[in-house]
Amino acid sequence: MITIDKVSKHYGSFQVLTDCSTQIAKGEVVVVCGPSGSGKSTLIKCVNGLEPFQSGTITVDGVSVGDPKTNLPKLRSRVGMVFQHFELFPHMSITENLSIAQEKVLGRSKDEARSKGLALLERVGLKAHADKFPGQLSGGQQQRVAIARALSMDPICMLFDEPTSALDPEMINEVLDVMVELAQEGMTMMCVTHEMGFARKVANRVIFMDKGRIVEDDAKDAFFGAPRSERAQQFLAKILSH
Amino acid sequence: MYDFDWSSIPGALPFLWTGMKVSLQITVTAVVVGIAWGTLLAMARLSSMKLLAWLAAGYVNLFRAIPLVMVLLWFFLIVPQLLKGLFSLDPNTDVRLVSAMVGFALFESAYYAEIIRAGIQSVPKGQAAAAAALGMSYAQAMRLVVLPQAFRNMVPLLLTQAIVLFQDTSLVYVSALADFFGAAYKVGDRDGRLVELLLFAGLVYFVLCFVLSQIVRRLHKRLATA
Repeated sequence: MITIDKVSKHYGSFQVLTDCSTQIAKGEVVVVCGPSGSGKSTLIKCVNGLEPFQSGTITVDGVSVGDPKTNLPKLRSRVGMVFQHFELFPHMSITENLSIAQEKVLGRSKDEARSKGLALLERVGLKAHADKFPGQLSGGQQQRVAIARALSMDPICMLFDEPTSALDPEMINEVLDVMVELAQEGMTMMCVTHEMGFARKVANRVIFMDKGRIVEDDAKDAFFGAPRSERAQQFLAKILSH
Repeated sequence: MYDFDWSSIPGALPFLWTGMKVSLQITVTAVVVGIAWGTLLAMARLSSMKLLAWLAAGYVNLFRAIPLVMVLLWFFLIVPQLLKGLFSLDPNTDVRLVSAMVGFALFESAYYAEIIRAGIQSVPKGQAAAAAALGMSYAQAMRLVVLPQAFRNMVPLLLTQAIVLFQDTSLVYVSALADFFGAAYKVGDRDGRLVELLLFAGLVYFVLCFVLSQIVRRLHKRLATA
């Protein structure tokens, strides 16, 4: 589904990503973790072309992301993305947030988009808030709407960029529950997150990044059992010690 | 002590109103065209295409570094000739109003471009990213997501600029076009009551602009709390 091959990226002389390679098969859930500044967010943003990269190739469902001939908007409409800061559109109601791209990008009718949106809202448990504005919802609720918005496009895979990092602790679980459910339904997911509980529960593989390199790329049990690199062991010791 | 005599004002009101209509026409045209053209300039300036950004920056910097009155004069001197030449108009056709509108619109769009650029930059970058991630084209993301939020933040500034613009329309006197100020001047000159007429014109400008700016202030507060 997603193939990342020897991807490197730099801002001027600052190397953000170095020779990153991995693959994510259909239906796989892959968690990407690592210390801040390790390039994990940048890597996931390269997958749908939000961040350009200078060398290497990324293909999603057989389409090359870095190819200048690729219709990026079309590709992105098939790849769902959830952001750290939700990024709901504050000037639109929840329903409009859910239907705008369905109508303007996929060309669905108003009614079709609306009923699809409402069905997804129900699924994330927020149907009662359909006519509110994003500012009236809590962070956790906004993030669930954001997931529903991404799902409204019927994506072939989902990218999560630290979806719980900006949330108050008591709201993290409501978002993770939605993600777990999604994973169990067989959605292909690439998740940048520090939520190791989530990783243990549903991830097939865990990728550990440090200083722009993929240091570990292991099956979940291997990663949590005995990571090969010292850096990953230190990282795990730090975040699991509490 | 100067002997004030206001008696020539009541009879001149219809003529002054004609002048006011010219002032308002120029203001409205310059605001509408200025915001439209200014939006395009702002987007060009923020574009990743270097040449486009450079050209837009050049335009904005050029117009912002030249006094308005000179721009107007050039337009009065050049544009009418140009229009007459291009469309083989009758030499007696009065194109001063049109050239005033064009001059103001082009000049003001440089200022509007800067306001709008700041407005676009005030919208978090993640909004454009989210729009793009949903498959929207750059134009869709701008039109549906970024600009509506930018304009909402900018309304008070855009209106304030419109008030300044309304005052600046008095500069068309250099072409002897009878806007409100020009009309007041003409009446005062004719009746030998220049001081009274200009005081009156000043009062009208003051009242209009003061009331409008109070409205803008209220609006600003309401937007800030919303």
